[in-house]
Amino acid sequence: MIIRYLALILICQLVGETVQVATDIPVPGPVIGMTILFTGLLIKRGLPEGLNETAGGLLRHLALLFVPAGVGVMLHVPRLADEWWPVFLAIVPGTLFAIAITALVMERLGRSTLRDEDKV
Amino acid sequence: MNPPDLAQIWVYLAQKPLTGLTLTLCAYVVGDWLYEKSGRNPLLNPVPIAIILIAGLLWTTGIPYKDYFEGAQFVHFLLGPATVALAVPLYQQLETLKESGPALLIGILVGSGTAAGCAYGFAYLGGASVQTLLSIAPKSVTAPIAMGISEQLGGLPSLTAVFVILTGITGAVLGPLVLNLTRIKDWRARGLAMGVAAHGLGTSRAFQVNAVAGAFAGLAMGLNGLATAILIPLIFAVLF
Repeated sequence: MIIRYLALILICQLVGETVQVATDIPVPGPVIGMTILFTGLLIKRGLPEGLNETAGGLLRHLALLFVPAGVGVMLHVPRLADEWWPVFLAIVPGTLFAIAITALVMERLGRSTLRDEDKV
Repeated sequence: MNPPDLAQIWVYLAQKPLTGLTLTLCAYVVGDWLYEKSGRNPLLNPVPIAIILIAGLLWTTGIPYKDYFEGAQFVHFLLGPATVALAVPLYQQLETLKESGPALLIGILVGSGTAAGCAYGFAYLGGASVQTLLSIAPKSVTAPIAMGISEQLGGLPSLTAVFVILTGITGAVLGPLVLNLTRIKDWRARGLAMGVAAHGLGTSRAFQVNAVAGAFAGLAMGLNGLATAILIPLIFAVLF
């Protein structure tokens, strides 16, 4: 984790949040920040090793970052108990159906551009 | 001097941010340990294990979620910088992304519509209340965008956050099984589907398996957020 690049990532997020508030577009600040950093890399035409390392450090444990919001499930236990059937239908079969359809469409349309190294 | 009163120490500690933060990391370490111990069995994903451990502990000790979050917010906060950091793997896979351009965009749009449509439609068929319906529609989108959409529609943002995470866990745990059953042999398609339907948790899982799948998942998560944020409010404005 290199402080200079951590600062760069935070600056991108800060600019993104500012743009979001100023323009009131429905895209969250961090997603705008990601676009800014990506554009910067395109202009610079190269990835500094320190940035690669810092970003890797943040992304390696991405799943952990969802835990605090997930514990919020305890606030909604009564509603989930009342409506467990529709919630289950939407979340389990709903999500898995969306995964299957998306993958099938992408695989079919992407057949002509598939490289050997991207095959499973 | 009187001996220290354990109950008072407990009350003191429960209000400290350090407790919530330590609890979050320890619960995740336990989850991760079980996951490794099981030979990385996808059914033993560390996230649901950590959530169940923490929620169970808070519930038995009567500590309010609000007090826990005082400390856990330091972990929660990192979601923002981590989202920005996704620009790096995207840049590394630039050539692959460019080559699959049109397929990628159509795939994301179809996936975006299917994910939101299935969420709303299945919940409606199951007899969900209006508030639940409005809160569940954006469940496949990354949490901050989904909460914004939910608020705009008149749902409950905090309920949406829970649906988003349950969706992410479902995708991360069962998604690869579905992709094996449907015999998807293209890492790009597997990643894209995980990112569209199961946002950051799907992306995290995709990165664990394959770098190309991870980059496609990250891009799909971002573009799906964008597409859903624009399309859902429009569709609701026209239909209702």
